[in-house]
Amino acid sequence: MNNINKNSSKAKDSPVYVVDGCRTPFLTTRGRANPFSAADLAVAAGRPLLLRQPFLPDAIDEVILGCVIPAPDEVNIARVVSLRLGCDIKTPAWTVQRNCASGMQALDTAVRNIQGGHAGLILAGGVEAMSRAPLQWRPKLVEWLAGWLRARSIKAKLQSLAKLSLKDLRPVITLLKGLTDPSTGLSMGQTAEELAYEFAISRHAMDQYALASQQRLQQAQKDGVFSEEITPLFSPDGAVIKEDQGLHPNSSIEKLAKLKPVFDRPTGLVTAGNSAQITDGACWLLLADEATVKRLNLKPLGKITPASWAGLNPAQMGLGPVHAIDSLLKENNTPFGSVDYWEINEAFAAQVIACTEAMDNQEYCEHELDGRAKPMGRIAPDRLNVDGGAISIGHPVGASGARIVLHLLQLLKRSKTKRGVAAICIGGGQGGAMLAEAV
Amino acid sequence: MYSQIYLTKTPYQGQHWRVDMDENNIAWVTIDVKGSSANILSGDVLQELGALLPSLVAADPAGAVFRSGKKSGFIAGADVKEFTQFTTVAQARDRIRAVRPIFMGIEELDFPTVAQISGFCLGGGLELALCCDYRVAEDLPSTKLGLPEVKLGIHPGFGGTVRLPRLVGELTALDLILTGKSLDANRAKKIGLVDWVVPARHLNRTVATLIEKHPTPRKARSLQWLAAAPFIRSTVAYFLKKKLEKKAPKAQYPAPYAVIDMWQDREFIEPWEQYDQEIDSIAKLFVGATAQNLIRLFLQGERMKDLGKGAMIKPQRLHVVGAGVMGGDIAAWCAFNGMTVSLQDTNETMIANTLQRALKLFKIKTRDPHIIQAAMDRLIPDMSGYGVAKADVVLEAIFENLEAKQKLLATMEAKLKPGAILATNTSSIRLEDIAKSLENPDRFVGIHFFNPVSRMPLVEIVVGRDTSQDTVKAGCNFTTAIRRSPLPVKSGPGFLINRILMPYLFEGIKLVAEGSSPEAVDRAAKEFGMPMGPITLVDVVGLDICLSVAKILDTSGKHIVPPLLQTLVDQKHLGKKTGQGFYRYDRGKQGSSQTKARGKLPADGSERMFAALLNETIACLSDWVVEDMDLLDAGVVFGTGFAPFRGGPIHYIAQEGKDAWIAKLEKLKQTHGERFTPHPGWKNLDLSTVNIVEEKDHEKTDFRHNTTMAGKYFMRPVQGAH
Repeated sequence: MNNINKNSSKAKDSPVYVVDGCRTPFLTTRGRANPFSAADLAVAAGRPLLLRQPFLPDAIDEVILGCVIPAPDEVNIARVVSLRLGCDIKTPAWTVQRNCASGMQALDTAVRNIQGGHAGLILAGGVEAMSRAPLQWRPKLVEWLAGWLRARSIKAKLQSLAKLSLKDLRPVITLLKGLTDPSTGLSMGQTAEELAYEFAISRHAMDQYALASQQRLQQAQKDGVFSEEITPLFSPDGAVIKEDQGLHPNSSIEKLAKLKPVFDRPTGLVTAGNSAQITDGACWLLLADEATVKRLNLKPLGKITPASWAGLNPAQMGLGPVHAIDSLLKENNTPFGSVDYWEINEAFAAQVIACTEAMDNQEYCEHELDGRAKPMGRIAPDRLNVDGGAISIGHPVGASGARIVLHLLQLLKRSKTKRGVAAICIGGGQGGAMLAEAV
Repeated sequence: MYSQIYLTKTPYQGQHWRVDMDENNIAWVTIDVKGSSANILSGDVLQELGALLPSLVAADPAGAVFRSGKKSGFIAGADVKEFTQFTTVAQARDRIRAVRPIFMGIEELDFPTVAQISGFCLGGGLELALCCDYRVAEDLPSTKLGLPEVKLGIHPGFGGTVRLPRLVGELTALDLILTGKSLDANRAKKIGLVDWVVPARHLNRTVATLIEKHPTPRKARSLQWLAAAPFIRSTVAYFLKKKLEKKAPKAQYPAPYAVIDMWQDREFIEPWEQYDQEIDSIAKLFVGATAQNLIRLFLQGERMKDLGKGAMIKPQRLHVVGAGVMGGDIAAWCAFNGMTVSLQDTNETMIANTLQRALKLFKIKTRDPHIIQAAMDRLIPDMSGYGVAKADVVLEAIFENLEAKQKLLATMEAKLKPGAILATNTSSIRLEDIAKSLENPDRFVGIHFFNPVSRMPLVEIVVGRDTSQDTVKAGCNFTTAIRRSPLPVKSGPGFLINRILMPYLFEGIKLVAEGSSPEAVDRAAKEFGMPMGPITLVDVVGLDICLSVAKILDTSGKHIVPPLLQTLVDQKHLGKKTGQGFYRYDRGKQGSSQTKARGKLPADGSERMFAALLNETIACLSDWVVEDMDLLDAGVVFGTGFAPFRGGPIHYIAQEGKDAWIAKLEKLKQTHGERFTPHPGWKNLDLSTVNIVEEKDHEKTDFRHNTTMAGKYFMRPVQGAH
């Protein structure tokens, strides 16, 4: 670990405070690349966050950023952003990747580094510019190109040209590759179809859930719930983006019902309307230990624990939160009923519904979770994703894990409640969960 | 640097120069001028260079490297201060001629010589480098090579006009000398001015290799010699002059014409006579009024740079409130020049527009995407005003409303960090009035920019009754840090620049109201040497803005707002921005005038405009708006574009004669009214300290065309006064 611990004070299990946090609005892609690179987004979210702190950016001990697909010119994107934000050149910065939970991984690592005494003040978060995911050449074309470049004479060139097949010119869409489970070959949407089958979730239930997500976001935007969470984005073309673009204000159950299945055609249930939206966005949190909070006279938003991580069958990756929450509650001796609010990332409506069903299912809990003789319990709908989720807000994969933690803390503060859990499912068959507490 | 060249002995050690030998028998000739932050070739320094040459030769080195011991750069040029001491042609000629054998001596050394250039290498510095066999430049952004003499009304005098064409070709050399522009390292390499461009880590090895291999030194190889072929040369010269006349008339800016004349005459003189020819020509220019005026203004500009010295803090963070055109452009300019800027406005669209404009500006200023990105990253939208608490300078640029400003500044004052200053960009409200809401008015100052910020070199530092000396200094320091010239002025309606400009603009408008065509009025001003006529200037600034400034100045009594201005504003003809003012505009391009006035200018038309300007100048001087006459002159030139070759309004009065102008004013008063009553300050005006150069060598101004050659630096077009 780094030795630069300007602010550190070592104590295991000591509280780790979230001082503040800030994110960009999440931008829909609409098939085009947005004008912001991942680094641009992370800078846009980080600048106002650092500006409103009573310390200068060089006070930060470490920068950790989660990102799944940084652009080729953003190698170790955390370092790129750290320098652009004006953090000290001596401040180490590194990028973490745990697929859909990369943002939560960054927070988890930050918490552990602070508790381990390696740092006292860490900037951690997640970012993704999914609209910028590159197109790739097929391996066959790359091979052909090598031959073409070697061919010197006109004859050799012609021979080489004859070998080129038009089929090979089709690009590989890396985003789709990334959204496909490498061990089973199932797309993420297909894993959701699996859960719908397993828990007998109807299309109508999914669409109902998706509509609620949209309506909750619309209400939250109307109430100005995100005023402290979101910073406006200023586009180089002079546009200002102030709110998440995934909102479909005129959404209705009829409209949702009309959509065709995208992953399992023609009889599947998962549509674009009841799935998380492909979006771009960045989210940062500032984490500090107790001594730093006191020394810099900071006003923390709340506390967070290290994340609990769990693995499960990749084909059922959507149930990851159930397993992670199970460990989290056990590790922290937290009764299920003492949790005031839940944020379970909405990869798919079917997946969130399946999670709530599984947690309340005697058979599932008994067989799949260690040492649970009884089901965990049922999360009340008015305690889960109350201000909308990834279906309406969007799911920039690297950023969502940080977003749900930040929003949960804002929610606890707003509702003057004590405890919340943020959980996320992870492509490849994992889940992550974090406990957040108000101070 | 943890390692250094291993030096074996030091054959010469003087005040400004030293010669060290390394283990490979290479002589490192280092210039490190004593008591100066930059290397400047003063008489002393040059003399010592001559004195060290025998020791250098005696050391019998394998080769010699000329390099700088300073981080700031190689050599900034000759000592401009010494130029002001030349009073006769003979004196100037003797002083310059003394340098010739020294430079010849370097050129004729019989071992290879290299100039190792990091940072600026300008004027005399480049002429010295031209005497070496090779030039190696470090690839720093600050590496700049050029011969900017023409901007001071002279031309190179240490053999530059002779040696440069031999190295880079006739036309390329003429271009460099006539424009005075400087080149970065890569451009210099492209035209052959330097042999190698390398990063610092390769400098010493490159230099050593050149000395070891000793390749044939570069010579101009292009077909440019054709331009100097018999018969062609005079034709080329003719066209060059014709082109030049469009930019700078000979009577106002003789130096570039002298360069072309010299070049043309070279058809008939021997190569070795060219050095004498150059010295004769520059000596004549030196004692001319234009050169002396431009040199004086240059030195005043340097003096302004020092006004912020000794300030308590080095400004790094700026907070701007108000993202209008001025606030936004100030924020962008400062971000580009290294400040971290938080920009506050309640309207996010204004901030978005600013960012868009900023990006456009940065793209014009540089092609390096990293520099653009870093500047954009430093320009932080801050709708909640968090940046105040961190800023070294907090600048208010909101709409001109006393109460709003008072309220805003009071809330910001409470958040200021220790040592920070609070500033306003107001152009019309009294500082003392705004300061009423402040706890500590001593750290409140006016920092008044002109529009467009990226092109106007002057910033007025407005000193209120309670503003402390430290605050003024901090304001000047900030201004210098963003590469602008600070001019401390006393708080009062219109400060200096707007106050002096307005009577002149109004007189122009009155002439139009009386029937002169705007074109005729503008032409007269340009013939005087203004970069832009008053009517066009009003259009560019905006008629509404001129009117509001006019009303502010009117409360002080004597100026009368021309009714025509009011009429046009009522008709919503606000100038360039609305497509119609005194002129019509088509996509920002000026068309014909749209007023009915079509007449010629009356005989005293030009005199009326400048009488109004000069009378107000004297008023400012006696009101002690500016510290002294020199700063007043420089301020008016930098701020309004007042004909630089005339050296500023006070200098112009001195040249024309104070009594002559009083008489002119009295006469104008009789024909045109009280507004021309000579200000009482004329009586006490003591011009004995103003050095005037008698015009002998060239005929008096033949008023023809306008604008500049001699001066990107001195003559930026005045585009605004707000």
